[in-house]
Amino acid sequence: MKIIIIGDGKVGHSLAEHLSQENHDVTIIDKNPEALRKASEALDVMCIQGNGVSTKVMLEAGVKNADLLIAATSSDEMNMVCALTGRKLGAGHTIARIRDPEYADELSVLKTELGLDLVINPEQAAAREIARLLRFPSAADIEHFAKGRIEFVEIAATHDMPIIGIPLKNLAGKYFSNILIGVVKRGNEVIIPNGDFKIATDDRLNIIGRPNDVFAFCKQMGKCTQKIKKVMVVGGGMIAHYLAMNLKLNDIKVKIIEMNRERSIELAEILPDTLVINGDGTDKTLLDSENLSEMDAFIALTGRDEENLISAMMAKQSGVKKVIVKTTRIDNPVLFHDLGVDSVVSPKLITTNYILKYVRGLSNAMGNPAETVYKIVDGEAEVLEFVANKTIKFLNTPLKDLKLLKGIIIGAIARKNDIIIPHGDDMIKQGDNVIVISIDKRITDFNEVIAPVGGF
Amino acid sequence: MNTAMISKNLGVLLLVEAASMLPSLLVAIIYKQNDISAFIITIIVLTIIGFIMYRIPARNKNFYTRDGFAIVSLGWILVSLFGALPFFISGAIPSYIDALFETVSGFTTTGSTILRDVESLPKGLLFWRSFTNWIGGMGVLVMMLAVLPAAGANTLHIMKAESPGPNPGKLVPKIGQSAKILYLMYIGLSLVQIVLLLIGGMPLFDTLIHTFSTAGTGGFSNMNNSVGAYNNLYFEIVIGVFMFLFGINFALYYQTLKGDIKSMIRDEEFRFYSFTAISAIVLITWNLWGSLFGTVWESLRHSFFQVSSIMTTTGFSSTNFDVWPVLSKTILIVLMFIGASAGSTGGGIKCLRFLLLFKTIKREVRRIIHPRAVYTVKYGGKTVSGDVLLGVMNYFFISIILFAISLILVSLDGFDMVSNFTAVAATINNIGPGLGMVGPTGNFADYSGLSKIVFSATMLFGRLEIYPMLILFAPTFWKRVNI
Repeated sequence: MKIIIIGDGKVGHSLAEHLSQENHDVTIIDKNPEALRKASEALDVMCIQGNGVSTKVMLEAGVKNADLLIAATSSDEMNMVCALTGRKLGAGHTIARIRDPEYADELSVLKTELGLDLVINPEQAAAREIARLLRFPSAADIEHFAKGRIEFVEIAATHDMPIIGIPLKNLAGKYFSNILIGVVKRGNEVIIPNGDFKIATDDRLNIIGRPNDVFAFCKQMGKCTQKIKKVMVVGGGMIAHYLAMNLKLNDIKVKIIEMNRERSIELAEILPDTLVINGDGTDKTLLDSENLSEMDAFIALTGRDEENLISAMMAKQSGVKKVIVKTTRIDNPVLFHDLGVDSVVSPKLITTNYILKYVRGLSNAMGNPAETVYKIVDGEAEVLEFVANKTIKFLNTPLKDLKLLKGIIIGAIARKNDIIIPHGDDMIKQGDNVIVISIDKRITDFNEVIAPVGGF
Repeated sequence: MNTAMISKNLGVLLLVEAASMLPSLLVAIIYKQNDISAFIITIIVLTIIGFIMYRIPARNKNFYTRDGFAIVSLGWILVSLFGALPFFISGAIPSYIDALFETVSGFTTTGSTILRDVESLPKGLLFWRSFTNWIGGMGVLVMMLAVLPAAGANTLHIMKAESPGPNPGKLVPKIGQSAKILYLMYIGLSLVQIVLLLIGGMPLFDTLIHTFSTAGTGGFSNMNNSVGAYNNLYFEIVIGVFMFLFGINFALYYQTLKGDIKSMIRDEEFRFYSFTAISAIVLITWNLWGSLFGTVWESLRHSFFQVSSIMTTTGFSSTNFDVWPVLSKTILIVLMFIGASAGSTGGGIKCLRFLLLFKTIKREVRRIIHPRAVYTVKYGGKTVSGDVLLGVMNYFFISIILFAISLILVSLDGFDMVSNFTAVAATINNIGPGLGMVGPTGNFADYSGLSKIVFSATMLFGRLEIYPMLILFAPTFWKRVNI
């Protein structure tokens, strides 16, 4: 597909990187020559310097034949104008990033009036992600598949788990009846465990299964603590705003600590049920006096990664069970995990994943495209959901007879109301939702998981 | 440097070279001359070495600008070293240094020769000689990018280092696609020329030879007297026009093909290029008319062909321009340095650089008149950044330095000034023939081995626009950890 991305910021760059790797023709428009130079050197994309709103620049970028235009500049208004102009000039589909909460309520109107196909609000998406993590506090990462029938959860192995150090095949009947450990991340290594694999402390386990079974497994592991009731948030930005609104629905009490006086007042006005405290989130005395150690969860959402990390470490030290940190610049969540942070949320990655999901859906009108794609274990592996239709070449073949590519696992099959954790004798039937885990490979079509016959 | 990845890429490059020798082998087989075994041996050697280099395992797949540059410079040197083997093995050129000179001259699209009698060369070797012109014109590595299925972002460095011009860009977002489009247009234009020459009655073999040399703006002919040997006005017009066409930036063809027909006429560099060519033709015609040729048409015929040939750095000749009046010869020498357009197959310093230098000078003059005024240099309606301008000026300076060093080294042989000067100019700008001893009827055979190596190096420097070759002389470039 021909894709134009306006705005070579963090999201724009990350999108361009992934889309060009997926073999799309990407053109980036930005005003900043320095950012473009970086993009043109690192990525196989075309860069055009200029104002993305300008018709001339858009025509130069080939908007007439573009299949998709993504407006991801820092300004909402500019994104709206870009998307509108792009649509009028002939772009097939348009996506705009609109983040201001004031527009958030009017999104449906904006969407129809501007002819937008997708509106992405990174802050809202990040808030939603955090809320999801709070509902299942022992998981570092949760994804849902097959309309919520299959859950994918990442948990960290702790030394008190009964499964440490025992080969998986000896545990099969006892703990793993209905779930599958798909991928294990140990240090920087991504492993697909087999029967002889022994789990060690600090491994990050990625478990797939029916939500109830995953929950039961976590309970057996002693990882299911009490429900989260009290949350402290440092940094009163837009994510905090969306998060507070979201958590209110779940009866979770939120305390926001915000440095800027005006913003605090503003927040207090918009969020009457939330306690807003005007102060420095890295100030230990302030956090202690606000009962940091009593909190069920601590979330650091300031704009600076360093400050977030420092307050998160203080929270961890005070014994808070669930600590979540937002990152803006740092791409390596491993750094944070090593320092004891439970979950890392990156609005950039969330936005990228969300848009990628949409693009993949668009680009594979034929064949058998992935319905959903999530990046797991710090982006080193992907979990994909496919719906098996007639084009699949290996329907009704027992899995043990399939020659899957190296680094590919069939994680789960959802058939009507059953969830199957597949074994060698199971087979894929038409209409199944199949969850595939892929390491180090980019799969866009379900048929690609099988090693090509007679090929390399 | 990531040695393993560089070696992998160079391995592929050698395999590509082996494949590109197959047509020449076919020609050799058809004419059943003594060069068949030379090609077969070279192809086998290339395949084995290429395959071994390709199979070196690379643990680290990271790839940076310096690695791209290394691939380009080492790649060109390797390709030349191996490309010389057929000449050497067959015994057609007994000295390996001479064979290397001939091959470098081919790949860099120079067209200088050490052969006193071109016509005696076996047909397969003649074909290979011109075919190196054709491949070298658009670029050996660009061909590799076009052929390879997965050309990633990192390969942009390779294309940048190999493509001529101060600021080479891609035509479409994907680099592999860009390389394919470039080669398709290149092949298309070449085909048109082949058809036109065949219609005029040129034998098929000669047609292919001359088309390859025209397309790459190389200038290798299978005749001792170049195109002049046919003494055919139609051939001269076709080849003259096509030399000019191959000296135009290929991005303009792409835009024209996409429907933007005016883009070529609007392009400042194209205007500069055409204007310079037309002025030179008019001046030389006026100078020749009456002094050498009786009619204005005869003068125009030769001045057009020679200007087109020298300015695009091809180096064909329709007549011995060494006997022309001084004014005409001087104009030709000036044209040698200006060269063709950026992004074409031609060499020289390039019209675009001259255009930008003129604009900079204009700005400097204005600055003296209005010291506080702010002027920006614009090209094609867009402001040219200071970095690009500085790069152009540096390039100009370093060309002169390189020219001086080569000239001094070559002077050791003790030949006359005009020959030396034009020989260095002809090699550094990838033209081919110069004046005096190396004029259209002469050749480089009398120079010593050292001078031939110097010339070979200058040709490579000129073709790759100096920097990719220059970094080979930087000690830190060779260290594993660059500090």
